[in-house]
Amino acid sequence: MTVPLLSLDGVSLNFGEIDVLRDVTLDVMPGEFVSILGPSGAGKSTIFKLLTGAATACGGEVRFSGRPLASNERPFAFMPQRDALMPWRRILDNTTLGLEVQGVPRKEARKRVEPLFEEFGLSGFERHYPRALSGGMRQRAALLRTIVQDRPVLLLDEPFGALDALTRNQMQIWLEAMWLKHRWTIILITHDVREAVMLSDRIHLLSPRPASVEQTITVPLPRPRFSNPATRAEAAAIETSILDFLLSPQIQK
Amino acid sequence: MSSSVFRMRSRMLRDHLFRALPALIAAFSLLFAWEIYCRSSGISETTLPAPSQVLFQAWLHREALWLNTVPTLRATLLGFSLSLVLAFVLSIVIDFSALMRQALFPIFIASQTLPLVAIAPLVVLWFGFGLLPKILLVALVTFFPMLVALAEGYASTEREVEDLLASMGASRWKRFRLARLPSALPYFFAGLRISITYAVVAAIFAEYAGAARGLGIYMLNAKNNFRPDLVLAAVLVSSLLTLLLFSATWAVQRLAAPWIDSSSGRGR
Repeated sequence: MTVPLLSLDGVSLNFGEIDVLRDVTLDVMPGEFVSILGPSGAGKSTIFKLLTGAATACGGEVRFSGRPLASNERPFAFMPQRDALMPWRRILDNTTLGLEVQGVPRKEARKRVEPLFEEFGLSGFERHYPRALSGGMRQRAALLRTIVQDRPVLLLDEPFGALDALTRNQMQIWLEAMWLKHRWTIILITHDVREAVMLSDRIHLLSPRPASVEQTITVPLPRPRFSNPATRAEAAAIETSILDFLLSPQIQK
Repeated sequence: MSSSVFRMRSRMLRDHLFRALPALIAAFSLLFAWEIYCRSSGISETTLPAPSQVLFQAWLHREALWLNTVPTLRATLLGFSLSLVLAFVLSIVIDFSALMRQALFPIFIASQTLPLVAIAPLVVLWFGFGLLPKILLVALVTFFPMLVALAEGYASTEREVEDLLASMGASRWKRFRLARLPSALPYFFAGLRISITYAVVAAIFAEYAGAARGLGIYMLNAKNNFRPDLVLAAVLVSSLLTLLLFSATWAVQRLAAPWIDSSSGRGR
């Protein structure tokens, strides 16, 4: 059996009096697309805060490739809820931000990012300021900024939450295609059950606060999923069972 | 191609003129009413000179006016530069240290409560009739608005942008340079526009309290010689000076931070 790339083992965290995470245990395999699904305010984003170093656990252990994760280790590239593009930087300079922070010279950073603009549907917009871009394009630029950091794991925090329904669907289809091509290891935080089912290999269901993993669901559907009507029908059935579970009284408490 | 650019430019110019038209009409109506009043009421020229008289005298005394404008402009620019440097350095200090913020901010606020009428003659008494007291007074008046603008600008930084930088492993200084400082630029320019109008007035006030040359001392002398027309001529010059500096801030902003969307702040 392969070692999980990332595992959380009994992780707990509290902000003052409030228990946010209680005994969270989950793992992510290399090249796997995993979703963390839970109600709003459950503490989904807190798990990412823990991984990016913005918060510290008060119990449990985080392991990366089988070893405990050191506090200065950063194997994660993080994409926040809203795109967080800097309005004063052109799109090209926004996408190189992570490399710049790493100390890569600007010229080389640009050379590494520029060939990717085509694939991300952004070619021709390198010199535009973010305010000139549509919501979907901004989100793709934010994802480009995330992947060029070349980290082993991508952390996507509700990346399509702020988009309109149609654009959100297009972005999901696009993300699946990109993932099939590149096989990044992705952890996606979402409260959209359909999004989780259509995109993930596995889904970790979180309980309301204090959050713990209630159930882990494997989604055995063939890919690509969006183009196949039969797959979409099966996905709808899984979606219903997850919703039933999330809405059941013992979860609602 | 070039002709279409030209056409676009000339259309923009026309749009600007149209937008300025109501203000121009209002201003000219006021001046016209003033002129009519002076001519019909027979009021003495040494009490209320007509606008035409002010303009005419301004032209006659253009050399003296210019000679007195230069020191005022110099005091304004030097004092304002000093205030910008101080505000910038101290804004960084209080952004990085909560303790320094608690220690210094009350002093900055207190500096704003000093009445200029009382303080200006004292500063002249301490530092003489030269350039230095003017520079200090201009800096005193403009420092606080600039500092507040910068501090609020830093605080306006989006939480998510800072979290993002932190997730990338950026140090506190890098977060400041890459996120907080550029976030403050729109606030900085808004503060700049407010303080630059104070700056000219402060310089004139400082000269009023004692100077060899400058618009302030020119006004004082003109008043003492019962020449309200020349007082108003100097007022006209100081207004033009302020307007010039004010529009210069827009030009600097457009060059330094073209990404700021200023259309919202200017009524359509």
